[in-house]
Amino acid sequence: MEWWLWPIALFAITFAMGIVAVLAGVGGGVLFVPIVGAFFPFHLDFVRAAGLLLALTGALSAAPALLTSGLASLRLAMPLALVGSVTSIVGAHIGLSLPAQAVQLALGITILAIALIMWRAGRSEHPEVAQPDTLGLALGMHGSYHDAASGRDVRWSVQRTPAAFVVFAFIGLLAGMFGLGAGWANVPAFNLLMGAPLKLSVATSGLLLSVVDSSAAWVYLNRGAVLPILVVPSIIGVMLGAKIGARLLRVAPALLVRRIVLAVLLIAGGRALLRGLAF
Amino acid sequence: MEQQIYARWLVIGTRIGLAWLVVSFALYMLALVDPHVPHQDLPRLWTLPVDQYVAASGAPTGWNWITLLHRGDYLNFIGVALFAGISVLCYARIVPLFIARGERGRALIAVLQILVLVAAASGVLIVG
Repeated sequence: MEWWLWPIALFAITFAMGIVAVLAGVGGGVLFVPIVGAFFPFHLDFVRAAGLLLALTGALSAAPALLTSGLASLRLAMPLALVGSVTSIVGAHIGLSLPAQAVQLALGITILAIALIMWRAGRSEHPEVAQPDTLGLALGMHGSYHDAASGRDVRWSVQRTPAAFVVFAFIGLLAGMFGLGAGWANVPAFNLLMGAPLKLSVATSGLLLSVVDSSAAWVYLNRGAVLPILVVPSIIGVMLGAKIGARLLRVAPALLVRRIVLAVLLIAGGRALLRGLAF
Repeated sequence: MEQQIYARWLVIGTRIGLAWLVVSFALYMLALVDPHVPHQDLPRLWTLPVDQYVAASGAPTGWNWITLLHRGDYLNFIGVALFAGISVLCYARIVPLFIARGERGRALIAVLQILVLVAAASGVLIVG
């Protein structure tokens, strides 16, 4: 296959990914790494770097509107992003140091675990926080935002902040190691563990991801793992696809799309697992 | 207040970054600016682990890509670096706001975050 066909193929597949990701409510990075890693010829080092940059640019593009509307909270994101940044750097170094087969194996297990989390994890629109914890209060992790859908101001606070630091440290490690983005884990951690409202959780997840992925992206950049021919068409494809996906959101069967995404993750995760086991 | 300013800086950074990537990638793909790694060599090289790719292609590591900005492939790195670096600028912009309001704890977190990002960008954290 001619070299110039690959960026065209990447653009096409990431354009479709951008549409599907919006409809299924997942980040592009979580689809990109397993699919491109499984079905394209690029080494996983370059795919993970591209996946990280893909997730980063998506998060950076969405963050301004979410910050301006007050749905994303810097107060909530900053302390957790700091911990996640450090561990994402560690994760990126681990990922680049391990043999490809070991990374494939770990990636396969992680993707299958993500599919399980997406399938099983519940969501709570407005979780009850009976007693905000001391650390969360000390860090100013509370506030309010205006919910345009219900027309009312929503006050929020958080709980289990010490446990959240541990969880976000682990999420950062995985994000750096596999270049997956981390919305699939950030949202349940904010929402179900810390008791943040769902909309705040989704919006703040993107903001946090934009900081955490920046740290790991530099590691890949410094190691020479960024290939423009892989990164640029993928970023543009996902961004354009996401715009179309946002327009289709009202009419598309979201549940069906989500099930298709789960099936794709299972196939891609299973393939990565088998390659890791060298079958 | 700080959220609005952070958002404004993000908008500016991402728009410039995206515009740069589109233009520089067109120049690269159309070979209007010669690449450092020839297009036809890529299919042989992109299957290698990154360390072998660097050794085989002579690709730069760290910030050495700056010396290759006259090459089509590395021209794209300005856009990539802007995306990876914009958060540092946003944090640096909001630190004075926290200090002015007497929010020292938040200012400290922001400064620590800047240090982590700068350390990652500088390459001093390279291990392995």
